[in-house]
Formats: sequence, structure tokens, C-alpha cells
Amino acid sequence: MAKKDITCTVNGKVRTYSVDVRESLSDMLRGQAGLDSIKHGCDVGECGACTVLINGKPFNSCIYMAIWAEGKEIITLEGLSDTKGAISDIQQAFIDEGAVQCGFCTPGFIMASIPIISSETESSREEIRRQISGNLCRCTGYENIVNAIEKTQKKRIAEKKSK
Amino acid sequence: MYNFGTIYETTSVEDALRLKKEHPQAHFLAGGSDILIKVREGKLAGCDVINIYNLDELRGICLEEDGSILIRPLTSFTDVAMHPIIKQYIPVLGEAVNQIGGPQVRNIGTIGGNICNGVTSADSATTLKAYDAMLEISSIDGTRVLPYGEFNLGPGKVDLREGELLCGIRIRKESYEKTYGHYIKYAMRRAMDIATLGCSVNVTLSEDKKTVTRLRIAFGVAAPIPIRSTTAEASANGHAVNEALLDLVSEGALADVNPRTSWRASKEFRMQLVKEMAKRATKAAIEKAGGTING
Repeated sequence: MAKKDITCTVNGKVRTYSVDVRESLSDMLRGQAGLDSIKHGCDVGECGACTVLINGKPFNSCIYMAIWAEGKEIITLEGLSDTKGAISDIQQAFIDEGAVQCGFCTPGFIMASIPIISSETESSREEIRRQISGNLCRCTGYENIVNAIEKTQKKRIAEKKSK
Repeated sequence: MYNFGTIYETTSVEDALRLKKEHPQAHFLAGGSDILIKVREGKLAGCDVINIYNLDELRGICLEEDGSILIRPLTSFTDVAMHPIIKQYIPVLGEAVNQIGGPQVRNIGTIGGNICNGVTSADSATTLKAYDAMLEISSIDGTRVLPYGEFNLGPGKVDLREGELLCGIRIRKESYEKTYGHYIKYAMRRAMDIATLGCSVNVTLSEDKKTVTRLRIAFGVAAPIPIRSTTAEASANGHAVNEALLDLVSEGALADVNPRTSWRASKEFRMQLVKEMAKRATKAAIEKAGGTING
């Protein structure tokens, strides 16, 4: 089957991967880049466990063709840590709020929450729920996930104001 | 890994149309949120595709010189909903596509794919029908313009002939000017769900806001294809804005629809939804237009 070189920015670094043209982005990022935070849950775009940011917006990488990634800027959960490997505020908030049980859905939820926590204005809990409505969690009942996102958004807005 | 036969890559619309002529069996692959799922399910396993997702010339929304709004087919639902032209002139279309799936699906799904897939539940379909959208359909031999009202031939079947690709969705100025719309989607969940019934209404009122000069109403999942209710429209046009109008629209709608029983809902329940949603959507559209029922 046909192979193609795909060059894209993954977690801040420009990378070229030789992909089978039939691969999904999740296949490419797990298989070749070793980014195992991306989970193959439903594989049909319903559960959100494979969510990554492409040019700043959340996408299900399982229903995104690897060949579409040419020239794109991709961020996965691994890209949220700083250069020393310390986790980000949203990851810490998930731990502090008990928003993690089995953990399978967690990377997807965190990636889907990035546009919300980066917002300039505070979101209602209803709006937060809407923004994570493409992600499924079978353990937590969502309350603590919403708490973690709400807390991080408030913290970031307060930090911006104090600067 | 997706079980595709051959993936044909394209660099321009012309390229895509030429490939479609050479390989009529191949499906156009836009956002893929229908096709990729069908490949996974096995329904389209092994199919050939022509990849058009990268064709930016088929993406975007603009206001043309004649005042019409041109929506290019690869525009994502998110981009339709966020676009200033849509927000200003046809906000109901943005509100409708904002109820599709979840954020990730709205980022990948395209408005052209939504209507070419040809299902009755497509959330963009009812509003586009209710605004008399015109479709610009191209093949390597030329372009034809087709009213969207004539596009759906049956469930999952649309009037795309051999070698053709939808290249533009146009809403004419007289169709959106002084017109206010409202869409209601009834579904079991508020996200990641298919409509049990969809209803899109838009109205134009007289200067004094007392009379309906034009009402258009369309339904999804109320028939095998998205439909307009011409009976409801005929009885509403010229009618005073009052409670009786809502009953007439509702009765007219019931006369035109033909819903079925599916695992989502029974025919009887859908009829009840048609009756109630026709009233509620009409009332909301009138209020957006500045009118009041019995005011």
C-alpha cells in the first residue's frame, strides 16, 4: 500500500513520519511518535478518548486521516508538560479534584478542556459541560471533571488579571 | 488503519472532478465523519476515495456582490456557527449546526457532507431547505444550479449525477433579508445525538408586525427526506399574527408530514412532536422578528 511522508509539528517539534495513506492520525501518533496518551476507545468519533488539538481546536484523532496532518500543528497531552516534565495546572487539577478514576478517558477530557481553560471569560458549568460533551466517562459521573476545569479556568483568568 | 481500496489525492477542484470522471465508483472524502464510520462498520469497507479535505478553495463563507451568501461545502460546522456573516444574516443556521454531535465532530464535519449524505435527520438540512438554498453542482463538463428543494431523491439518495461534486451552497438576498428563523431539535440527549425530529421556521412580517408576509417551515425526520410543509406555508402567508396562526401552521404541517416508527420514536410520538414543534418554532421566529402573538 502507498506510503507518504507527512511533516507536521507535534508538541512543538517539527517531525516527518512515513505513513501508510490509510492510517488515522491516532495510528500515526501512537504507532510512530509513541504518544500513548491518545486512546483508541470507540474508533468512530463518539467517545473523545483520542482527542488532540489540531491548530488549536479539539479533534478526534481516530477519525482524522494521517495524510490530513501535513503542515498542521498538533498538541497531545504529552505536550502539556514543561521541559522538565512537570505536569500542567489542568492535569494537577484533575488529580486534586478526584476527576480521574480508571483514567482511560482522562487525556481526551484534558485536551478537550484546553480551549475552555484558555478562554478570556469565565464559562458557566453548563457551558463547560457543552464543551466536553464529545467525551465520555464511565467512572466519575462528570461532576469532578467539571470542577477541575472550572477551577483551572478561574485560576488562569485570575493570573491574567494580576499581571 | 482504514480499510480503503485506493485513496486518490487532489490538489484542486478541477483535479478532483477529473478523478471522479475517471473513477466514478470512488467516494469523495470530505470531513469523513460519515464515510470513515461506514468504513469501520464494514458498510463501505474496501471502497476507493477521492480525498478533497485539503482543498481550501472549497472552504469558507462570503457575501457576494449580488447580496447572496455563498457557503462553500467544506466549511466545518464550527466555522459556520462562528462566522460573522452567518451570525449577522442567518443566525438560525449557526444555531442549528451548533447542535450537531459534540465540539470535536463539529470541527471535522462539513456542511456539504451533511447535505450530500442525504439523511433526513441532517441538522443543517431543514434550515437550508427553509431558506430555499441553491446548490452549485460541478462536474468536469460544467456547473449546474439546483434548488436544494429538489436535491433529496430518497433516504441517503441525492441528485448528484456521475462525476458531480457539490461546490457551493447559496442563499439569495431576498431569502434572508428581513427574515428571522428558529430551529428546534428534539433528541434524547443534548449532545452526540441524532434528531428524533427537527423543525426550522423562518418568517418575514409586515411593517407593523401584525401580518405574516412570508413563512417557511421545514422538517427533518418527519418523512424519508427533509421536507417543507407547503400546506402550512400557504395558510400562514398573509395571516394575522395571532394564536389561530399557530394552530393553522400546526395543522398544515400535520397534513404534509409522513414520519415512520423507528427505534428512536414511534410515528405517533413524531406526529405529536410535529404538532407542538411547529407551533413553538413559529412563535419563536415571530418573536425574533419583533412580533407578538395576540399582542
